[in-house]
Amino acid sequence: MTQPFEPLIIGFTCNWCSYRAADMAGMSRLKYPPNVRLIRLMCSGRLDPEFIVRAFAGGADGVLVSGCHPGECHYLEQNFKALRRFMLLRLTLAQFGIEPQRLKLLWASAAEGVRFARECTAFVEQLRALGPLDWPGMVAERNGHHAVSQALPAEEVQA
Amino acid sequence: MDSKKERVGVYVCHCGSNIAATVDVKELSRWAGEELAEAGVVVARDYEFMCSSLGQELIEADIKEQGLTRVVVAACSPHLHENTFRTATERGGLNRYLCELVSIREQVSWVHTDRDLATAKSKAVIQSGVQRVSENEPLEALTVPIHPATLVVGGGIAGIQAALEIADAGFPVIMVEREPSIGGHMAQFDKTFPTLDCAACILSPKMVSVGDHPNVTLLTWSEVERVDGYVGNFTVTVRKRARYVNEELCTGCGICVEKCPKRVVDDVFEAGLGYRKAVYRPFPQAVPKYPVIDTASCIYFERGKCKACQMFCPTDAIDFEQQDEILSFEVGNIVLATGFDLFDASRISQFGYGRLANVFDSLELERLCNAAGPTAGRVVLRDGVTEPKSVGIIHCVGSRDRNYNSYCSAVCCMYSLKLAHLVKERTGAEVYNFYIDMRTNMKDYDEFYQHVMEEGVHLIRGRVAEVTDAARMPGEEGKIIIQAEDTFVGRQRRVPVDMVILSAGLQPRHDAKEVAHRFGISCSANGWYIEKHPKLDPVATMTEGVFVAGCVQGPKDIPASVAQGAAAAARILGRIQQGQMALEPVRATVIEENCSGCRICNDQCPFHAITFIEERKVTEINPALCQGCGTCVAACPSGAITGTGFSQAQIVAQIDGLLALGVAGERVRFLDTAVESA
Repeated sequence: MTQPFEPLIIGFTCNWCSYRAADMAGMSRLKYPPNVRLIRLMCSGRLDPEFIVRAFAGGADGVLVSGCHPGECHYLEQNFKALRRFMLLRLTLAQFGIEPQRLKLLWASAAEGVRFARECTAFVEQLRALGPLDWPGMVAERNGHHAVSQALPAEEVQA
Repeated sequence: MDSKKERVGVYVCHCGSNIAATVDVKELSRWAGEELAEAGVVVARDYEFMCSSLGQELIEADIKEQGLTRVVVAACSPHLHENTFRTATERGGLNRYLCELVSIREQVSWVHTDRDLATAKSKAVIQSGVQRVSENEPLEALTVPIHPATLVVGGGIAGIQAALEIADAGFPVIMVEREPSIGGHMAQFDKTFPTLDCAACILSPKMVSVGDHPNVTLLTWSEVERVDGYVGNFTVTVRKRARYVNEELCTGCGICVEKCPKRVVDDVFEAGLGYRKAVYRPFPQAVPKYPVIDTASCIYFERGKCKACQMFCPTDAIDFEQQDEILSFEVGNIVLATGFDLFDASRISQFGYGRLANVFDSLELERLCNAAGPTAGRVVLRDGVTEPKSVGIIHCVGSRDRNYNSYCSAVCCMYSLKLAHLVKERTGAEVYNFYIDMRTNMKDYDEFYQHVMEEGVHLIRGRVAEVTDAARMPGEEGKIIIQAEDTFVGRQRRVPVDMVILSAGLQPRHDAKEVAHRFGISCSANGWYIEKHPKLDPVATMTEGVFVAGCVQGPKDIPASVAQGAAAAARILGRIQQGQMALEPVRATVIEENCSGCRICNDQCPFHAITFIEERKVTEINPALCQGCGTCVAACPSGAITGTGFSQAQIVAQIDGLLALGVAGERVRFLDTAVESA
């Protein structure tokens, strides 16, 4: 590849803290690379591991999971549940050949726009160094198919 | 892409130049109309200000004329205008939840600089919105009744104002105050800037009104321990600490205070300069009038005998057996007005507070100036008799200093000028104010500043390096020397004075975080409570039904605190008058046929909304208790729980949409092929 690699990142944010931190970054006109695309959930506790697998399967090079700081969850303690799932999933993904560095956990309160922008930038840098994941391509190659749709691990995801 | 194809309208906002300067909005609407036709887009428009009434009318007209079934608006954050566009969608005749607002301002145009990449990201964001909205379901808002009672936490001037406004309108108020009396910091002051009217004279009548008001239940020496429920229907648990004085019997005559043999330093109200008894009222005008017994210093509680107060009490009101009471109240709304703590000036060791006797902090000076204070209003040195002949006042102590608090405490310039005036008036001393910038930006404030300058107060612009008693030059012996840079003259100065006043800044209450957590709201990085919008909604918080007033939201002076207290009350009164309120229908529900009864979700809910029905061996969710976080939805291994508004199908569609285009806007091959919905 001659051009520098630009990773694609899906970020799952909590409605009460990190999504607002992203808004705060915007209101403060802080800059971060456009590689990060965000999805708003009501709470990091809503984060079904399936979403993360779906994102990797769909071509994301990294996934950002962010929620309220421990002890500051809008729903009291649900971010701890997200943390448990996150730890487990990272182990599982490693077994599928996805480097643990591709999954990032970030606690950011609604006031931490600066932190949010800084961490997003750092994550993009980290993934640029790591290179592309191309999970759909990997799966397709392994199965010897060209039609990616058949290789999409939709059933595996559900299992 | 979808069998049940919807007719989607896409509306791209320029937001003046806020979006249009960084994102090619024309290209976005062209692209959405052409490339997303497959996904159901039948209309795509861009407009200068979608949130204007003309912009909203575009949406309404298209819904009616083009038969749209879904709407996607690409504009600012949903936290700003989601409601605006949902309401427009509703006016057009569609269910309001069939509209999605995707953010291309806060999360694209304001944070990215490369026009091509920002446009590419916007496209992906719009596609994800289109795919998500196709999975949206029409929803009905939940309406909840609003309980007419209001809880006001904190009895300072902001809380008092809020309580009186609501009580005067005829609705019940429960006011909870941690100290034995309401009044807050304002009760400690002598004069208030810029009019120099006496704080007690303007505050006491309001305190009495709160104490006497038939609609106010006043609980002092009490704290909120628990808050359950949600807007309109909170249940608050209050610990009313034992006063050891029976309020039914006590007449407030004060004989117990007079007879109590134990005198202790009053660190709270008198800022450590005066004394109080073990049974005490913090100040003569205290509301309520009932004293409290401080068990830590009471001889009876220490050694088991004394009881002087009980012996002399004419109404037998002293009750050593009294216990803390746990009270529970139903309220519809909550006002948090818990105020501030003064910055601890001893943290800045080079200023000598706590080490050099005649270095005072500003609250100590307020007490010295106060006619009802420990010196009856005489400004004297720590020995209690000597009047200072020269006084230095240091501004911005702990404020605008990156070692402590980087923010401006907003009131110190003005109160320092007020103290300069009072000290000069009472002692005739030479007064030197050391300031960084003079901030006098409210009505009549600058006139006050001019007036103080005309009185002959010396104003030195420069940061103070050190306050010391080590004399180096003749004339410095026995004095405190302030070493500072005078930036007007451009050199260091040493000013020997008798007394130094440190104008300490304001900081959040030491337990602000804990209290915020109890009420389910959040603090800024500095620890002040975050309002819903810094300009347009400075009294509400992100948590419905919880409002903030006064310094708890950030440093402010008395007029601003009063205004905010009244504003919070007005918002609450509006809701009480409505009697009910619509809530977002984001709730989890169990599809019973799919529930295997595994009970994995049962311990996921901190709100106790999930119960297992033994007879049917399935789980049920109580929609009134469910807060909509979605943790159980993610936990259910059978997919039996659906999260309204954030369903599996909606989020998966959103993920796929976001991944449709690469960073540079190129189509990613994966999504060129059809994807079965998970």
